Amino acid sequence: MKLLGKRAPVAPLEYTRRWSMRIWVGLVLLFLYTPLITLVAFSFNDSRRNIVWRGFTTKYYEKALHNSSLMEALTNSITIAALATVVSVVLGALAAVLLWRFRFPTKAAWEGAMALPIVVPEICMGVAMLAFFARLDLPQDLPWPFDLSQITIAHITFCFPFVAMVVRSRLTSFNREEEEAAKDLGASEWQAFRDVLLPHMKPGLIAGALLAFTLSLDDFVITFFTSGPNTVTFPVKVYSMVRFSVTPEVNAASALVIALTVLLTTIALKLQSRMGTLAQGH
Amino acid sequence: MEDWKRSRALFAAVATAPLTWLTLFFIVPMGVIWLYSFGTNAGLTEIEISGTLANYKKALEPLYLGIFAKSLVVAGITTAICLVVGFPVALAIVFASDKWKPWLLLGIMLPFWTNLLIRTYALMAVLRTEGYANQTIGWLHDRFGSLLTLVGLPAPGAYEPLHLLYNNFAVVLGLVYVHLPFMVLPLYAALDRLDRSLIEASLDLGAGHLRTLLLIVAPLAAPGIISGIIITFVPALGAYLTPDLLGGTDSQMIANVIERQFKRANNWPFGAALSFLLMYATFIAIAIQALKAKQAEKRG
Repeated sequence: MKLLGKRAPVAPLEYTRRWSMRIWVGLVLLFLYTPLITLVAFSFNDSRRNIVWRGFTTKYYEKALHNSSLMEALTNSITIAALATVVSVVLGALAAVLLWRFRFPTKAAWEGAMALPIVVPEICMGVAMLAFFARLDLPQDLPWPFDLSQITIAHITFCFPFVAMVVRSRLTSFNREEEEAAKDLGASEWQAFRDVLLPHMKPGLIAGALLAFTLSLDDFVITFFTSGPNTVTFPVKVYSMVRFSVTPEVNAASALVIALTVLLTTIALKLQSRMGTLAQGH
Repeated sequence: MEDWKRSRALFAAVATAPLTWLTLFFIVPMGVIWLYSFGTNAGLTEIEISGTLANYKKALEPLYLGIFAKSLVVAGITTAICLVVGFPVALAIVFASDKWKPWLLLGIMLPFWTNLLIRTYALMAVLRTEGYANQTIGWLHDRFGSLLTLVGLPAPGAYEPLHLLYNNFAVVLGLVYVHLPFMVLPLYAALDRLDRSLIEASLDLGAGHLRTLLLIVAPLAAPGIISGIIITFVPALGAYLTPDLLGGTDSQMIANVIERQFKRANNWPFGAALSFLLMYATFIAIAIQALKAKQAEKRG
């Protein structure tokens, strides 16, 4: 490690200070980010074929924002994600409390079944939803947003077990004596839940909500099998555009979604670190 | 934990909604597909559940067995590459200074949170014939090709763009690109819990870094390594989007075949049988993980 010159010698365990390791990590990050960064950078490029840099422009953003079918798809995606998040948080929180608090017959089986939507390959769940809704034969031409109900139901089904998982791990740090104390002091079951348990669950609920929102916004495969010609979501729309060609509008729209992802991830991490300090404070 | 009989009303209030939802919108749809896998097409949209095993028999034909084997191999190669590439990264994050650690973690997590379709699309833009990968190689070729004449070799001809897209190479590269964070995060979690004095002891006693890594770190972090392998292998095995967009006609994986049975070929019973076979393969992988994790715990 003579390369480091006068700096403190590298201790045996300081793997990160070894040049070989730094280069490795650098290359991996380069591999992960080059495609994304070029995508964002060239969404500002004033050229249709977007290979050579021809000057800065935001016209593809304008085009993307005025592309009514793309915007409709984005609106659908956000609507579905919002609805799926709200329902998943409620169902996930109930499931978490159920599995954390109660002992009941067939519990192990339910616990296993609750983990299934997380592990089953997406394609299997997608075709199952397709077959199920085809069997139900629901009316197809409902007004917006009711025509999104099939996709939303499918999304809730794979989102809420994730929320349950996150909330349940948060519940393990809950001190049941706090709830007992509230009840001893005259709180009803509902008051104890609302004023003692719910505030403790809150960071878990927020983390779960962000997870559900991202998962729903992200999903392509299951949506692909539950969407109809009039209920196109953003990933499904991008898929149909990508199949034909790589265009600057898709770049611009993707860059917007990446920006949204960065924002949500930052919020999630901020909350997580707050959760960490809260847990230490207890 | 309390027994449900002690407060039945509360239990019912908490249990009804999630269990009903799970039954109605997950277990029932899965049951429908399971029944279909024993059925036959009895018309354009009618499926008769006749209890036949013909669909499973058809799935065992060499053509489909070959695609299954190929999916397993592709997912296996992907997982191996992710492990080799991801392990040093996880190690570097574990031993990074407090200042760098959150940034490195964020660096790995951000692509993980980014839309899968956008990531695949971004990769397509880099790999296509007139993409940046080919441009860079072409530039190097034009710049340094003439250097070959200095050492007596014939000068190379004009640059022929490489076909980086629509083949098996692109599928594996795409799967590695998409699943690398899945491998790094569990590895990081496992390595972070490791007792560092054991590594120091091994190094003090004269073992080299590689030997310490293989004989001390790897066995201790075994549960994390196994869960990393499974978390990468399972979604890679069932991948639909990556082989569909990056692969050619010969790089289909099992999920693409299932999709075709349901959308274009309209042979739902056969597609149902294939998707259940894929599901069983997934369950076997997870069962192996649980078993190995238990063994590792016993040893530890």
